[in-house]
Amino acid sequence: MTQLALVIDLNVCVGCHACVTNCKQWNTSGAAGSLSDLDPYGADPNGTFFNRVQTFEVGEYPQTETVHFPKSCLHCEDPPCVPVCPTGASYKRKSDGIVLVDYDKCIGCKYCSWACPYGVRELDEKRQVMTKCTLCVDRIYDQSLPPERRQPSCVLACPPGARLFGDVHDPQSAVSVAIRERGGYALMPEAATRPSNHYLPRKKTTLNLRDEALYRSDNPQRIDGAPFEPNLPPIAEEL
Amino acid sequence: MHPALSVLLLTTLIGAGQGLFIALFVSELLAAGTLSPSFFVGGSALVVVFCILGLIASFFHLGHPERAWRAAAMWRSSWLSREVIALPAFMGVAALYGLAHWSGATYTLALGVLGTLLSIVLFVCTAMIYAAVKVLKEWAHPLTVVNFTLLGCASGACLATSYAVFAAPALVVPLSQAAFSLIALSLVTRGAALLRNATLKPASTLQSALGIRHPHIVQKSQGAMGGSFNTREFFHGKSPSFVRGVLTLLLFGGFVLPLILVLTAPALAFVVHYGGLLAERWYFFAEAQHPQNLYYQTVS
Ligand code: SF4
Ligand code: SF4
Ligand code: SF4
Repeated sequence: MTQLALVIDLNVCVGCHACVTNCKQWNTSGAAGSLSDLDPYGADPNGTFFNRVQTFEVGEYPQTETVHFPKSCLHCEDPPCVPVCPTGASYKRKSDGIVLVDYDKCIGCKYCSWACPYGVRELDEKRQVMTKCTLCVDRIYDQSLPPERRQPSCVLACPPGARLFGDVHDPQSAVSVAIRERGGYALMPEAATRPSNHYLPRKKTTLNLRDEALYRSDNPQRIDGAPFEPNLPPIAEEL
Repeated sequence: MHPALSVLLLTTLIGAGQGLFIALFVSELLAAGTLSPSFFVGGSALVVVFCILGLIASFFHLGHPERAWRAAAMWRSSWLSREVIALPAFMGVAALYGLAHWSGATYTLALGVLGTLLSIVLFVCTAMIYAAVKVLKEWAHPLTVVNFTLLGCASGACLATSYAVFAAPALVVPLSQAAFSLIALSLVTRGAALLRNATLKPASTLQSALGIRHPHIVQKSQGAMGGSFNTREFFHGKSPSFVRGVLTLLLFGGFVLPLILVLTAPALAFVVHYGGLLAERWYFFAEAQHPQNLYYQTVS
């Protein structure tokens, strides 16, 4: 069974909103559109987005870190938004696990958005139907595109490559490897929704190198021409 | 959660109608011989009118009311779908019950049993719409079903009492006693839910929402400069003092005053109780804290 999903690397995301912009551009122009904007240039701009990048500050000054946090539908394996829908407009595809809304069936009752704990469904104010991320279902299978372009718009747009896309049920896929080897985790595990999208944690990059090691002749990081320091312990004792 | 007027009206209006039907049926069961058919015909008409008013209100909740018929499709999984089927079924039987009394038919009691069953089924469906939302811990509890049922029955008994003042004065005393007991009982169960919700610990935290283990996390931006569907649908947007005011209103309007009025001025009991119930339903939504709100703390 295939389960397509995104893996988002919080260690790489710089909060540029390129994924938001490209998502909106693709989806407002395509089969999932239009994504309406209300008062876009006024004092109270408002609109429909499938993907939002939020920013959090972790810690207390001066020990703070800024975390940019992109958020869209997580295409849960046990999606609580699907069984509550009275019309069947919300459904999860068997073939690839994408959770979709049929805009022709949706009555705009908003019940599905109550059931989702993540706040990623948005009722379009003009069309009055429920909308959400489709994983760009209208381009990832498009045979007229070269294979490397058959990816969600947000993934293609991301300048530092913080977004991976693939099948999380295939243990060899790049997304599965990233989740496995880099501590990928799911949001709100207590909600028992089993999200398919995963996040890779922030990490501190530190150099594990002691001063004396800089002088060892076999050290690839040896500083050429550094003066010998007689006070350093003998290398044999180290080993 | 944001309390939508359409839903407040729908649940309170049909609740009163369902409760009134049960009151009519019990009256027929216990005092059939002493009552004129017109009491039941008028009562059933009231039931149907209340349900129609609720139905009209519910359409204002939908983005596409013209597609409302589609909502009956998923009755196997969705309580909303089940409600959409149970409501017209109940209305139909209530109308037939009135017609049967009007035409002097002999099978009125059988229709009464069926209508009462459907009324209870409808209470359960309506309440389960809320109780089935697992992420809303305030709602996902059997007390939600108990309260929708008891508050609806109390409302219907008040309506029956007020109606009997004009239509069947002999029934006023027993009906007001029934209403008094139901209001008192619903005070106990709704009070239990209020207490439970006041001390509820949320299952999700900002830490679990982001997957970042740090006691101090503040949102700086939610990715929208002027709010979004997520800030409109899931927050009531009122001040804590306003919410406390509604709580006072629901306690007095929904319980204290009606308890006095059913015994002293039964003609007024329903109107006051209904006002209190609107406050109760508003509070029901306002007290539910959706976990998505964790992601929407700071508009910028
Ligand atoms: S993230 Fe929300 S909308 Fe998306 S599948 Fe999960 S529950 Fe449904
Ligand atoms: S808003 Fe649309 S998709 Fe969501 S539950 Fe209602 S009918 Fe289904
Ligand atoms: S495009 Fe990439 S780096 Fe920019 S906000 Fe989106 S995920 Fe982050």
